[in-house]
Amino acid sequence: MKSIEEINRKIREGDVVVVTAEEMKKIVEELGTKKAAEEVDVVTTGTFGAMCSSGVFMNFGHSDPPIKMQKVWLNDVEAYTGIAAVDAYLGVTQISETKGFEYGGAHVIEDLVKGKEVELKAIAHGTDCYPRKEIITEITLEDLNQAVMLNPRNAYQRYKAATNSSDRLLRTYMGTLLPNFGNVTFAGTGEISPLNNDPEYRTIGIGTRIFLCGAKGYVIGEGTQHSPPFGTLMVKGNLKEMSAKYMRAAIFPGYGVTMFVGIGIPIPILDEEMAKFTAIRDDGIETEIIDFGVARRDRPVVRQVTYAELKSGKVEINGEEVRVSPLSSYYMAYEIMEELKRQIEKGEFLLTQPVDKIPTKSVLKPMRQKEIKVVSSVMTKAITISPETGIDEVSRIILQKNVNHLAVVDENNVLIGIVTSWDVAKAVAKAKGVSLGKAKDVMTRKVITTFPDEPIEVAARKMEMHNISALPVIDAKRRVLGLVTSEDLSKLLARW
Amino acid sequence: MLLLLKFDSKAVKQPIISKAAIDTNTLINIIKASVGARKGELIVEVENEKVKEVEKIFKSYGVEVQELDKAIAKDDEKCVHCGLCISICPVEVFEIKDKKVVAETSKCIHCGVCINVCPTRALSLPV
Repeated sequence: MKSIEEINRKIREGDVVVVTAEEMKKIVEELGTKKAAEEVDVVTTGTFGAMCSSGVFMNFGHSDPPIKMQKVWLNDVEAYTGIAAVDAYLGVTQISETKGFEYGGAHVIEDLVKGKEVELKAIAHGTDCYPRKEIITEITLEDLNQAVMLNPRNAYQRYKAATNSSDRLLRTYMGTLLPNFGNVTFAGTGEISPLNNDPEYRTIGIGTRIFLCGAKGYVIGEGTQHSPPFGTLMVKGNLKEMSAKYMRAAIFPGYGVTMFVGIGIPIPILDEEMAKFTAIRDDGIETEIIDFGVARRDRPVVRQVTYAELKSGKVEINGEEVRVSPLSSYYMAYEIMEELKRQIEKGEFLLTQPVDKIPTKSVLKPMRQKEIKVVSSVMTKAITISPETGIDEVSRIILQKNVNHLAVVDENNVLIGIVTSWDVAKAVAKAKGVSLGKAKDVMTRKVITTFPDEPIEVAARKMEMHNISALPVIDAKRRVLGLVTSEDLSKLLARW
Repeated sequence: MLLLLKFDSKAVKQPIISKAAIDTNTLINIIKASVGARKGELIVEVENEKVKEVEKIFKSYGVEVQELDKAIAKDDEKCVHCGLCISICPVEVFEIKDKKVVAETSKCIHCGVCINVCPTRALSLPV
């Protein structure tokens, strides 16, 4: 048994034994847990990944005459200032109002750390104590009174890997997912990631001193959505002490802006159990590959997988080999572990005893919603026709039933196409005296469809993406159950 | 060697790839093709020894030829070695070696898919 005080004394005296999490696996393998616990004092862990739940609290100082900011922008990226007069929180995912997805909160933070000037723009109501109504000025990190990085959810212990069963390329926060299980992406650094090396949160707790983007930071509690073994941390650190090397603004096309955040946490090897914990290997860290092809909260699990399989670069899905991309940088995590190791060895970084524990049990609840509206509640009866129906007959039906879309079905009511009033108008315009043809000649055969239990938001997005105004509702056997039109949906969605 | 071929409205209507293949007795592998009514753009792969011969034929039919010897470029100042590009590239240009993402650029077919995928905008295609 060793105490944190004893380890800190060794650090001060310069005879502490520090190894990286990568090295620790081999040491325990060679010496066993008992001997390893005697020899090693500290194991450094690291991660470097896109962490959307990050941002910076800033205090700008007071202008003359003073202003109580009502809205504030930094390089056209809005920060939240619904707090005191010149305090604001800039989140990394907030997008520029002029540059869109190309620039966001993360870029502002990176620019500040690099010493660049940033344009500050604010507006206000104007009061007796804060008369000023607007201000535009340039600031640098140095000009701020405080700039505190405070990240509500960082350092995910493990994370669900992503793939895509649909026939469409998807742009997600897990990167670009190719259609038909074209690739898999995963986040986290597995066996070297901080929380995986202390799975019962014995040494990582409230008050633990950490390496945060090059500065000394602190764990201030469990992170939001903390749900062991998918544990998370809330952390803070002084932006003014940070280095641009250990953070990086990132753009995920079609999703937006986020930030690569670098975190290192030293784990004191207090006893044999801690040596055992820090010996964890990727093949013992399990997660799931989930299907982003289904646009629901509870995405289907494609398969169980270990970090060892994910890191191998290839996993098998439905008998096929699928290539895998990491989203976190193992290289940068390694650099962080080495840097933290160096700082501890040189006596620049002392360990801390947590002042309180973070929960080892916690459940992630879904959002409480009044109801989830599904397609079956808004769909109308579909008018169906046979593919052999003549165009003149089709036009009569369209007029008679006052509809724009006819589902073309076979004798078993199975959907084979769709004919719109536009298709009919086009056929008539082109005909020039010859026969008008039949429904099968003008119908669209590749029909975009929906299901009765699909949420209306998902159906609406399908119409928007494909620029169409109706979707046939079908069952699992492609039999037509009804039709949902953009007018039906807009009545419901327009209420907001 | 990869060649970028630009067809004008006259050349685009003729079976020039077949003609070049027959005339030079060379295999021409079409990597990427975008052919419209008035112009076309193709990327083809030709054996290194036959490149000059094939180029001559294409040019005689009025096709603009550009040798693609500069492949995808990775800015190592910007790259954080996450590896997101690895599974996106159709020809496996990228891999992790000694923890770092390295690009074997000779494999690159200039499709450009990785450029937009890179979160730190570290990839570019010099023309």
